[in-house]
Amino acid sequence: MEKFKFLQSTAVPLDIENVDTDQIIPARFLKATDKNGFGENLFRDWRFDKNGDANDSFVMNSEKYTGSILVAGNNFGCGSSREHAAWALNGYGFKVIVSSFFADIFKGNSLNNGLLPVQVSEVFLKELMTLIIKNSKTEIEIDLEAQSISVKDTGLAEFFEIDSYKKRCLIEGYDDIDYLISKKEMIKQFELSRP
Amino acid sequence: MTKTLFDKVWDSHVIDTIEDGPQILYIDQHLIHEVTSPQAFNELEERAIPIFRPKQVMATADHNTPTINQHLPIKDELSRNQLNQLSINCDKNGITLYDLGHKYNGIVHVISPELGITQPGMTIVCGDSHTSTHGAFGAIAFGIGTSQVAQVFASQCLLLSKPKSLRITVNGKLKNGALPKDVILYIISKLGTNAGTGYFCEYAGDVFRNMSMEGRMTVCNMSIEMGARGGMVAPDETTFNYLKGREFAPKESVFDKKINNWKTLASDEGAVFDKEYFFDASDIEPMITYGTNPGMGIKVSEKIPKVNDASFQKSLAYMGFQQGESLIGKPINYVFIGSCTNSRIEDFRIAANYVKGKKKADNVTAWLVPGSRLVASQIIDEGLKHIFDAAGFKLRQPGCSACLAMNDDKIPQGEYCVSTSNRNFEGRQGQGARTILSGPLVAAATAIEGKIIDLFKTRN
Ligand code: SF4
Repeated sequence: MEKFKFLQSTAVPLDIENVDTDQIIPARFLKATDKNGFGENLFRDWRFDKNGDANDSFVMNSEKYTGSILVAGNNFGCGSSREHAAWALNGYGFKVIVSSFFADIFKGNSLNNGLLPVQVSEVFLKELMTLIIKNSKTEIEIDLEAQSISVKDTGLAEFFEIDSYKKRCLIEGYDDIDYLISKKEMIKQFELSRP
Repeated sequence: MTKTLFDKVWDSHVIDTIEDGPQILYIDQHLIHEVTSPQAFNELEERAIPIFRPKQVMATADHNTPTINQHLPIKDELSRNQLNQLSINCDKNGITLYDLGHKYNGIVHVISPELGITQPGMTIVCGDSHTSTHGAFGAIAFGIGTSQVAQVFASQCLLLSKPKSLRITVNGKLKNGALPKDVILYIISKLGTNAGTGYFCEYAGDVFRNMSMEGRMTVCNMSIEMGARGGMVAPDETTFNYLKGREFAPKESVFDKKINNWKTLASDEGAVFDKEYFFDASDIEPMITYGTNPGMGIKVSEKIPKVNDASFQKSLAYMGFQQGESLIGKPINYVFIGSCTNSRIEDFRIAANYVKGKKKADNVTAWLVPGSRLVASQIIDEGLKHIFDAAGFKLRQPGCSACLAMNDDKIPQGEYCVSTSNRNFEGRQGQGARTILSGPLVAAATAIEGKIIDLFKTRN
């Protein structure tokens, strides 16, 4: 897994609530057997119409908004457990998703792929969203060590929560499999102890 | 100390706790399917890690399978490849696979219970969010991502922080015609789609006590639609009677011994939950959804609410509905009875009972997709197929089908589909398709009438 410590970037504002993983990556693109290529179909049915033409009113098709941070409405990533959603966001080039609420499974999937979900307050999200929409050049800083998100030159900043184990994993780029395998003897003992 | 049902099962599976971090939770049963497993197999292969407990893994092909002509090679190359990959992976690793055509094949959340693999007190995971279904047996069952599938492959464990506890109690007697699906759609319409996030939910009260196992599965299935990782019902005689004699359920004296243990799986008197909700059964009526998330539900007899909110408006625009309007009388061209929510034998009995002696409306395409081969044979054995055939319904072969439209079972752009599945997200049943969730009774009635009717009015 890629390490993550600090990021400064502009952001793409996705001012929609309850974005479910079926929107992030529709089911018909889940036929692959590897993790590559999902970025192309990220938000497929919002980005493109049935004929494959770009939908100009969708924010990701606007040249104005770029960057590796996606700022999205409340309850991001609900629905299907498909990790393909995290692979699609990653594949497209996002490194951080900011929202006021994340669905459980999505949050776990993101963390397992070095994609950082930053959960902020409703108030902060609103201000941030307004700022970015108004000024697409707005630079945002994410400092994982300090657990802070701040907007350059505005004083707008907030701390975010993250499980300290997961934080270490991200900073050092190691994953749960490494850890669990190191505990194999303990797991075997547990199996033997059961009725 | 008093414990909840959830505490009892969870705590007995914790191997260790990382300081300031998650716990190592032991997983009894791992279920896999073709869509969310290949990358996990690859990961292990690349890292030269063997599958730790292949006997505790069960595989099926369901998401990406056709529901007609299953005996022929699959036409779509990518789908065929994904299924091949699953069978190669299972072969290589000594995992039991109920592949397409096998007599036990079907939707993962339908076959594991019906084969007796799902049992009380277990921890069960699958790379599929509706794994919550198995909680109906008093198991802790939840969906996981593919990275976690790889973790369980490697260690039969997961690193997790213990969720908070939530209890939903529904007491009283359900009205005639109000089904388990209506109960859960009602609850989600009241609580919203993220009320359960971070929680594991226990369903308690008369309504769930009196419910069949099929009904409890329907309810637990949709726990994820209110954000909860899973739902549970304490096991009781209904559970034990359901399990007895099933293919992989414990036999004879072992079964009796197990029952003694399973009987302890209930929340202690006075156990404290982090959050509780109470509902009255008599408030529940047949439900439908009008929007693009499962929380946007109303009683069939009610009108779409008026809400001044951009996401709400966007959702109604997608559905082509107006605020304040009633859905009664809306013409409907597609009806889907299927999915891991409502594709068990009980659901087809309910539908057949209503359909008997009637004919479906000419405008309607009605798909019946059983949850498993076993359910399909039961439909035939019980004579339900005759009823459906005579009414003009198409009985297809088992699979996820139009629930997620990964195969050819897609609803066309702009068309409405009254569906017994669990998600009405934009495009879920096909690009531009508009899904209205309901129980099997409302779905059957819609197919007969060709429009939504207030069934309840005619029944009570
Ligand atoms: S029937 Fe639908 S919800 Fe159930 S497992 Fe299949 S795709 Fe998922």
